[in-house]
Amino acid sequence: MSHRFSITRFLAIIIKEFIQMRRDRVTFGMMVGIPLLQLTLFGFAINSDPKHLPAAVLVNDQGPQARTLLSALRNSGYYEFVQQVHSEAEAREVLEHGEVQFVITIPQDFSRNLLRGDKPTLLIEADATDPAATSNAINILRPLLTTALQNDLKGPLAYLAQSEAPIDLRIHALYNPEAVTQYNIVPGLMGVVLTMTMVMITALAITRERERGTMENLLSMPTRPFEVLLGKIIPYLFVGYIQVVLILVAAHFLFHVPMLGNLGLLFVAAFVFIAANLAVGITFSTLATNQLQAVQGSFFFFLPSLLLSGFMFPFRGMPQWAQTVGEVLPLTHFLRIVRGVLLKGNTFADISLQLWQIGLFALVALFIGVFRYRQTLD
Amino acid sequence: MMSEELAIDVKGMTKRFGTRTVVNQIDLQVRRGEIYGFLGPNGSGKTTFIRMLCGLLKADAGSGTCLGFDVIKQSEEIKKQVGYMTQRFSFYEDLSIRENLDFVARMYGIKDRKTAVSASIERLGLAGRERQLAGQLSGGWKQRLALAACLIHEPKLLLLDEPTAGVDPKARRDFWEQIHQLAAEGLTFLITTHYMDEAERCHRLAYLAYGNLLTHGTVQEVVESAHLTTWSVKGNDLIKLAGELRGKPGVHQAVAFGTTLHVSGGDAAALEQAIAPFRKDYEWTLIGSGLEDVFIHLMDQSKDNFAE
Repeated sequence: MSHRFSITRFLAIIIKEFIQMRRDRVTFGMMVGIPLLQLTLFGFAINSDPKHLPAAVLVNDQGPQARTLLSALRNSGYYEFVQQVHSEAEAREVLEHGEVQFVITIPQDFSRNLLRGDKPTLLIEADATDPAATSNAINILRPLLTTALQNDLKGPLAYLAQSEAPIDLRIHALYNPEAVTQYNIVPGLMGVVLTMTMVMITALAITRERERGTMENLLSMPTRPFEVLLGKIIPYLFVGYIQVVLILVAAHFLFHVPMLGNLGLLFVAAFVFIAANLAVGITFSTLATNQLQAVQGSFFFFLPSLLLSGFMFPFRGMPQWAQTVGEVLPLTHFLRIVRGVLLKGNTFADISLQLWQIGLFALVALFIGVFRYRQTLD
Repeated sequence: MMSEELAIDVKGMTKRFGTRTVVNQIDLQVRRGEIYGFLGPNGSGKTTFIRMLCGLLKADAGSGTCLGFDVIKQSEEIKKQVGYMTQRFSFYEDLSIRENLDFVARMYGIKDRKTAVSASIERLGLAGRERQLAGQLSGGWKQRLALAACLIHEPKLLLLDEPTAGVDPKARRDFWEQIHQLAAEGLTFLITTHYMDEAERCHRLAYLAYGNLLTHGTVQEVVESAHLTTWSVKGNDLIKLAGELRGKPGVHQAVAFGTTLHVSGGDAAALEQAIAPFRKDYEWTLIGSGLEDVFIHLMDQSKDNFAE
């Protein structure tokens, strides 16, 4: 026996590894599929300079200068006026529901006051829960409005353009006025951590039985698929709640994240969300033939969840197709719920639509799991 | 025969995996209280057949009853009354003996679970080890645990797939002792094995090769139906003799058995003619054919339809 490095033995290992790699088609597919997925997501979906953000207008003045300002905002590419509101209360409501990112209020006699040099107020309220989504749109405001008015303020009005600021621009960054990134990230992390661990743990649950040979025994006993699948889900629900509590405690004591809403409501929402992820995991578990595949499957689910949900990058900055995919993922809706409850003080009525979508996802995933679950070894 | 007396009564059981027929048109009748041996080379379809009986695999064809239930349609009912011991240890290695038994007892919805589990631990001599993790047990103890778990719901039929593989002779003997006692109490057994001594302990047996059932009956019936004549040879250099005999007309097999050589053939006269030239140099004795002679003979006769 020689102790030197043997090329023959070394080659034997290499050849064996290649053969095994080729045999596991799914793993091989993942090795190609994951880079492609990442390319698509990072290359096409992600945009750190979100434009065309939905905005609502509350217009109390129809003067020409007011219209100039609005069209300047639209032409900047950052604002897209999707809605007209008629009162302060309505404005607040659409922001709370997350229907729009901004509300622009033009007060009465805006144009007249402008011409009189009274510096009228232009109010822009932003949903700043995610500072990254709004910061660029806010930063361009001042220079944009000044240049826009320069065209209007000509001839006899030119003196107005000379003055430093012809209007009084007020920007209210709501829900997160200091633009603290942690306020947005830490609550979101709850959803991310749950997605990662819950899907992975349960994805391994059935494949492990199969790999260890205990599945044959389990199937030889009189059981129904629902008993097995639900039985495997419930214990991890508790694990999920431990994670929720852990993150909430850290959010409060370490990061001082405001908690405006009802925590009980958050726990109810977390139940649906955890269940949805566990159902996905179980479904992967019935599709995969070994534990490695199950882990890869959960990664395949986790990656778009992380990138398309609005956790890492502003949801509204993504192209339409990516937003559509994002709308399917439970994490997207859960992020809105967590941020809504903690930062905006959302109530059940505010989050019910999001919750309903997560619930639907959970049901579909669970049914695929039950459908795919085999009572036999065929 | 009345079907109430039969624990298993199936006809034409067939299973195909892709184009391969793994179990081909097998008919089998096992009486209640009987220990039925299931023999055959590896890959002959024994495990597949057993899995079809307890509903783990869907049969492609076949019909009949198992414990009076339809073997195709009522597998849920069958599962409740059958204990299946898999070839590979398939209980939870990260659970203790008691936890495993508790789990099984709950799965079968046993009413007085604690008593049943304790009794089963007691009966199988597992007392004192009940807190040990199943994964840390030796082969013999794992086998005891598996048997205990299969018996806990008081099944009427036990399907044991190579229960004694890798178990030492003493444990094997104890195991068979227990099987016979349980059979005397009315339990039916279908046991696969590769050991001839175990085959001879069965009331009746069947021999499978490459998915086909080649013969069945009591040990005596199986041996007689083969019509095999076997000579035992003693002398020097038996390996050389075996080489010379093989392939001669009338000689089906020449197999070394310790210090003797068993030479068998289906046609007694032809065999005698074949061995005539070697009679004077060796010590020849005509013996009754054993099960092993018969099985090797049967295996050689059947064609391996899986070979590519």
